[in-house]
Amino acid sequence: MAQALVFPFSAIVGQEQIKQALVSAAVDPGIGGVLVFGTRGTGKSTAIRALAALLPKMRAVRDCRYSCDPDTPAAWCDDCQERAKNGSLRQHAVAVPVVDLPLGATEDRVVGALDLERALSQGTKLFAPGLLAKANRGFLYIDEVNLLEDHLVDLLIDVAASGFNVVEREGLSVRHPARFVLIGSGNPEEGELRPQLLDRFGLSVDVKTPEDIDARVEVVRRRDQFERDPVAFVGAWRRHDAILQRRILAARKRLPLVQVPDATLQLAARLCMNLGTDGLRGELTLVRAARALASVQGERSVGAAQLRCVAASALRHRLRRNPLDESDASERVARAVSEVLGPDP
Amino acid sequence: MMASAAPRSRPDVWTDAVLALRILAVDAAAVGGAVLRAGHGPVRDLWLEQLRGLVGPAAPVRRLPAQITEERLLGGLDLAATLSQGRPILQRGVLAASDHGLVVVPMAERLDRGIAARIAATLDTGEVCVERDGFSVRESAHVGVLLLDEGTDEQQPLPVLPDRLAIWLDLRTVALSEIQDRMPQAGSVAAARQRLPTVRYSDDALLALVTAAVEFGIESLRAPLLALQVARTLAALDDRGSVEEEDLCTAARLVLGPRATRIAAQEDREEESTDAASSAEPSAGDRSQAAGPDLPSEPAEQSAGAKELAEQVIAAAHAVIPADLLARLGAAGGRAPVGVGGGRVGMLRTSLRRGRPAGVRKGLPRPGIRLSVIDTLRAAAPWQRLRRAQRVGGHAARLQLRAEDFHVRRYQQRSETVTVFIVDASGSAAIHRLAEAKGAVELILAQCYVRRDRVAVIAFRNKGAEVLLPPTRSLVRARRSLAALAGGGGTPLAAAIHAANRMADASQRAGLTPTLVFLTDGRGNLTLSGMGNRAVAEQEARAAARTLRSAGWRSILIDTSPRPGPTGYALAGEMGGVYLPLPHADSVQMSRAVQRLSESAA
Repeated sequence: MAQALVFPFSAIVGQEQIKQALVSAAVDPGIGGVLVFGTRGTGKSTAIRALAALLPKMRAVRDCRYSCDPDTPAAWCDDCQERAKNGSLRQHAVAVPVVDLPLGATEDRVVGALDLERALSQGTKLFAPGLLAKANRGFLYIDEVNLLEDHLVDLLIDVAASGFNVVEREGLSVRHPARFVLIGSGNPEEGELRPQLLDRFGLSVDVKTPEDIDARVEVVRRRDQFERDPVAFVGAWRRHDAILQRRILAARKRLPLVQVPDATLQLAARLCMNLGTDGLRGELTLVRAARALASVQGERSVGAAQLRCVAASALRHRLRRNPLDESDASERVARAVSEVLGPDP
Repeated sequence: MMASAAPRSRPDVWTDAVLALRILAVDAAAVGGAVLRAGHGPVRDLWLEQLRGLVGPAAPVRRLPAQITEERLLGGLDLAATLSQGRPILQRGVLAASDHGLVVVPMAERLDRGIAARIAATLDTGEVCVERDGFSVRESAHVGVLLLDEGTDEQQPLPVLPDRLAIWLDLRTVALSEIQDRMPQAGSVAAARQRLPTVRYSDDALLALVTAAVEFGIESLRAPLLALQVARTLAALDDRGSVEEEDLCTAARLVLGPRATRIAAQEDREEESTDAASSAEPSAGDRSQAAGPDLPSEPAEQSAGAKELAEQVIAAAHAVIPADLLARLGAAGGRAPVGVGGGRVGMLRTSLRRGRPAGVRKGLPRPGIRLSVIDTLRAAAPWQRLRRAQRVGGHAARLQLRAEDFHVRRYQQRSETVTVFIVDASGSAAIHRLAEAKGAVELILAQCYVRRDRVAVIAFRNKGAEVLLPPTRSLVRARRSLAALAGGGGTPLAAAIHAANRMADASQRAGLTPTLVFLTDGRGNLTLSGMGNRAVAEQEARAAARTLRSAGWRSILIDTSPRPGPTGYALAGEMGGVYLPLPHADSVQMSRAVQRLSESAA
């Protein structure tokens, strides 16, 4: 069954933070995932579900169940390596997978399991890949991520770190590549996220509903138009999504050429020290996100301006928890930014 | 802050209930559905029966069983069909089977939050996404949801679903005798269904609803969107092609009024500049720039007509704000303490968790341990050919199962605790005590959230005890509800102990182990009936304390009086709890004492 039409990315009113984070993750998957937190009715999942339509196609090995990249043999699955020995692999362009991991998914569908139909009817032992296989080289989206069952969280943490999914069940022994960008959304009122999972997200965005009446009116109007005639609405916005898609493509090409001067690295280090973030991951993410942003903006090198833009989303979920500090994490980052980089110009 | 404009007279509840029936009958999925707060009884039954009649036989109306599993909700392996056909057959879940119909959720206040989140996802996307038991399918599920809420003040449905449902009805005060001969007519519903897609609305109408939602402090943008759908449905029911003022007023009354978290200042707006609405809720959040190609770029200058329309809509919604909310809003300086509206302020649902699925392991099913069919089949499948060949005698079963194939589902039954703080907010020391209690709550939350422990807060002062924070793990929510509490007034200690008892009871039913932490000097001076009689009040408090002991709750009484004395000690003895004099009640010591108590019991 065809997937229902989704609300176009460019038609989303406001929400610059989340748009910027998602576009950055599309430009540089190495940033490592996006977590979107917000209260009810802020359009968290709307933006994320809209991302799929923006992503340019990618080259993949034909008939590979994990969509292996023909250009990086090191990351090939066993099948591809086997087949490559018997001649070159054929390739084709496919859409970048954006896979929904719905709450209530069972473990066998997430990691993959024995293909029951084949086993029952033919008695053959065959691996039926799961959602992690489907998400390889793409995005894995978990709505209400803080409600995800613990045993699935454990799985994800492990796979997200290693980039490989190892299946040992029902007599199967399979290892396949599973590199994906983790996208999560949730409502902070439903509970906290486990720190280990929190750490797997590169960027974290706090979404609020727009405060200003005109923007709110426009949100409701567009949503209503979409619900009444999704085909026409999506058609009307297709051109804008296409423009954005070209910008993402261009930014990806430019990315390796964007310079990160030492001065910028030092600023990033001072920012992290000021905030007391744990480990180096915060610093790395901060720089990578700033570089992706510079590339989208068409800049040749990363400066303080980009750091300023991405600091909150790269660092706010890495602060050490101080329960008696009233101010929320975004404010603490903003304070540190104005101390290290000076006040907002 | 005073709402001085004479509010419209409130139409009686049943009139709105009948209207709601007709709206739901036209297109329940378009408005999400309804929350029906009412006890089990003839009024609710009658309403449901009418709804069934109005939606017609074509639309399925399915009632969820009280403890529905994910498998039945979303779909899963059909055991009988799978075994008889020798290949996996999907059994549709209740949501997909209710496509273009209604799902009725009884006892919504007890609904598991995982199940609630799954229903919410279906409401958002109009489809069920099944990734279970080897299946990967999407099924259409345009459903309306009807939450039957029988909750008490201690137990409320999770906000995740009500936020998506347009209409919130409270039928608790309706008597059967009032309603016998006032039933909706079915005639117009079918015509309205035809009409609905073509109903138009003006920009002013949209602006009025959005403005009204902001004025009432409703943050979720789903509220004005749902109100708009209700207004369009009302116009369709009246066989009109466009939304008019009366539709907007009624929609605001049905959708926005019950969600209000603050009183809209109706008269003040006249004098202020037109941007009053947008500055009504100053926030540190980023001012989102409205970007996009065809966004109207004219400034927030509203026409006189638009402004008047907004005023009308606000007045209409104002009429139905519950009286207790008005009183509470007045007390809290015009802002409700919690961002959930409509008579349910500050009382979100307590949790109920009977253990979450935690994978599957080998083993035989026993009473209470469920067989995992899919994994059993998977284990057996590779051996079928071999086993058939080996079989000696007996009948030829299609599937050869052995004991070692059996797999059972594991559920995590971690014993979770909830620490309930009962804070004396009366008298002069209240502010200091509250600040320290708040600190302790946050410390405990921060230390324990990995272990998934919860905290709750009950505060008592003046007229009685109030559940300030239902059991939660969320720091965000804890902070927000604690911030709004004021102190001072009399000390209704007995009422507070009873409230604590109720919450402990509700928590235990939800599978949590409660610990009660009282912060008080133990000197009540208000009786249960609200009279200022110290002798009677203390007697009642001691009696209440004995009920805690007989119920067997773990408790600790932290005596916060400047000179801790025998009163507090005696009370702690009555409740069978630990006595801890802590005249300077500091949050760090407090959280340590509580931790020790929870750990010693665990």
